[in-house]
Amino acid sequence: MAVVSKGFKGRGGHDDRLPPGQYLTTGFPVLSAGPTPRLDTADWTFTLVTEAGRERTWTWDELLDLPQSAPHTDIHCVTGWSKFDTDWQGVSLDVLLDDVDTGAEFAEAYCHGGYTTNLPLADLRDGKAWIAHTFDGDPLTAEHGGPARLLVPHLYFWKSAKWVKGLRLLDRDRPGFWERAGYHNYGDPWREQRYWNS
Amino acid sequence: MQQPVDGNAAAGPLAQFFGRDMTAAQGVCAQCGMNGPLGEATVYGPAPGTVLRCPNCDNVLMTLVEAPGRMMAAMPGLSMLETSVQGGR
Repeated sequence: MAVVSKGFKGRGGHDDRLPPGQYLTTGFPVLSAGPTPRLDTADWTFTLVTEAGRERTWTWDELLDLPQSAPHTDIHCVTGWSKFDTDWQGVSLDVLLDDVDTGAEFAEAYCHGGYTTNLPLADLRDGKAWIAHTFDGDPLTAEHGGPARLLVPHLYFWKSAKWVKGLRLLDRDRPGFWERAGYHNYGDPWREQRYWNS
Repeated sequence: MQQPVDGNAAAGPLAQFFGRDMTAAQGVCAQCGMNGPLGEATVYGPAPGTVLRCPNCDNVLMTLVEAPGRMMAAMPGLSMLETSVQGGR
């Protein structure tokens, strides 16, 4: 990967955008905990399951028919790299959660391949999270989580689950794949919440 | 695409955690019941962690996460792990 900067300290540049302990890259490293699923949009679906067990499912075409957003954002990986000014297109979770009757406080994203990640439901609302299907103007590639991934850029990027299949709304928090394996339950890059017990 | 790394890529992190070579240790997959040495697991990583998967069914046998000054091991998919011991009975 191309390392551009360790932080431009004292040059009035990126300190306010680069969280502690991060370095800037122009590349887009691929990190994976398993094989890359090859998914066809023809049978792709996204399912929202409430804490009461009610389900709502969107097909690929239905997802694309919803109002689209174009988030422009910085992303931060727990392994240390940050990437500025990334451009995405997708559907805001606000749209998907709009008329969902729920009192849940937590959510679990579940994915093709078995990956899961957890986060407070509040972190998916108010323009902070998307189901992203396009990166830099092109369909999201399989290695980066395509056809669609969760995008939650204010948290470390492992929370932006690749190959997302659905979202379960939960009354109780349920730690996900990396959250059970030693990473932080919340993962705020600005508080450097990398590992559990820190 | 992300390819699994060589099975023995787990040897270093395993030795670091257990304080000895663990590649010959026999594990049983909690999902499919297959048994074999950890050195024959399918391995992804090392970042954000080393992931050992069952070569038969892809179940996650074990993960190893390295943090400054400490390591975390999880064994969500091993129903048993056997290793030789010094002396014995």
